Amino acid sequence: MEHLFTNIAQILTSWMVSLGLPPIWADLILLIGQWTIIVVIVTLNVIVLVWLERKISGFIQERLGPNRLGPFGAFQTIADAMKLLTKEDIIPSQADRWIFMTAPMLFIVIAVMLYAVLPLGQGMEVVDLNVGLFYFISLGSLSTICLLMAGWGSNNKWSLLGAMRSVAQMISYEIPLAFSLLGVVMLAGSLNLSEIVTAQNRYWFILLQPVAFLTYFIAATAELNRGPFDMPEAEQELTAGAYTEYTGMRWALFFLAEYTNLVAVSALAATLFFGGGQGPWLPSWLWIIIKTYLIMLVFMWMKWTFPRIRMDHLMSFSWKVLIPVSLANILITGLGIEFFRGMGW
Amino acid sequence: MSLMIINDLVFVLIASITLLSALGMVLSRNIVHSALALILTFIGVAALFFNLGAAFLGLVQILVYAGAISVLIIFAIMLVMHGEAHKTNRFNPSLGTHLWGGYIAAVMTIGLVAAIWFSELPEVKGRTVEDAVGLLAGLLLGNYVIAFEAAAVLLLLAVVGAIILARGVEEQ
Repeated sequence: MEHLFTNIAQILTSWMVSLGLPPIWADLILLIGQWTIIVVIVTLNVIVLVWLERKISGFIQERLGPNRLGPFGAFQTIADAMKLLTKEDIIPSQADRWIFMTAPMLFIVIAVMLYAVLPLGQGMEVVDLNVGLFYFISLGSLSTICLLMAGWGSNNKWSLLGAMRSVAQMISYEIPLAFSLLGVVMLAGSLNLSEIVTAQNRYWFILLQPVAFLTYFIAATAELNRGPFDMPEAEQELTAGAYTEYTGMRWALFFLAEYTNLVAVSALAATLFFGGGQGPWLPSWLWIIIKTYLIMLVFMWMKWTFPRIRMDHLMSFSWKVLIPVSLANILITGLGIEFFRGMGW
Repeated sequence: MSLMIINDLVFVLIASITLLSALGMVLSRNIVHSALALILTFIGVAALFFNLGAAFLGLVQILVYAGAISVLIIFAIMLVMHGEAHKTNRFNPSLGTHLWGGYIAAVMTIGLVAAIWFSELPEVKGRTVEDAVGLLAGLLLGNYVIAFEAAAVLLLLAVVGAIILARGVEEQ
């Protein structure tokens, strides 16, 4: 079971080579195939996630949640997806057409590109990049631009305000996010995600870097624009922030990308702090799915438990609390590494 | 088709996208469109770094320039903008500014070409750097630490200056 997918990949490659394809083309085809499969799985998974989120919010608010279509309302999101697909695609006449139209597409493209480096099991990353973690962070920083494009292109004051807020928030929280990951990188001595997983053979990094995990978790919530940090959407004051003017499939793309990002960030947390695919009995790819889902459940729990935070509190929390704490964490980690090295460990 | 030809084709593709978006930045009448074209140029330069095997530098280019600096540029543009967007990046009609602009551009181009032409660039064909991040860190925090710290202080000064400009100095 452990090597199920890697074996399938190997068999496919050798089959293509035996057909007379040069090995480089076989690798390329396999790469595209893996990529497509991941994108399809991640996208279909969003249907489950939306249903889960509505059920959990219902549970926390003592409601039933969706309960009409299918067992426990399980088909509700499928019906919603059908509705969104068939809705009219409205482009406001005063909108900046091209920017308005490309923003959601770029957003989802960046979201699925994050999966290229995530090890979804032992030896199961699409690209084994040497600087994988850094790739994740820098690609993630590009998604701010998409929100900005959406807010600007809509030519609507709520959209622009929402975009401004989200950009201010995401830029501020990118810094503690990157800093909190530095502690892990220092311990593992590598930016390669599969090497970081191997470095956790003895201890999971959550035990050695609890502060880093907390800062990562908080900063990631803000990066995802999820509650209690969902200021950019803030329905009561900004209608829907940057998404106000979007309808039908374009709006659904934003929604899809947000959940795709949620899965990616949770999978990264599982990889960096919870030993990735390591675990007893079950194969590694199953372990990472379980861990990712557990972390996502905590994200949802947080969202529906805490009230939204005021914008200025949010910003000062990042600059005055999270950044100093994550800097201190780097210092202490460095001192600790030198100390234990001096002790001869 | 050999690997070299594919590599060359990829280079030509990336380079043309980069150049076209740079042209788009200069020629667009809408300053927000210019800023977005600038981001595309930055990403194109990052892709060139990737093509040369310098993944780390490419990612720094994306994180710092495309992800942070250009967002700040757009932010500043949106905050100070008034009037209609498609008239924000107009061309200056006077001949004098054209001449000055052309002169400065020519001097910069000649300077750059001369700098590249006359400096000895060691050839590293076929050699891949395994631990590029570690080597870079060693250089930045070892040999060139003073320059590195000086740049950091300079940036700090810029931040303080920006805060003073934005909030004004309180009269005693």
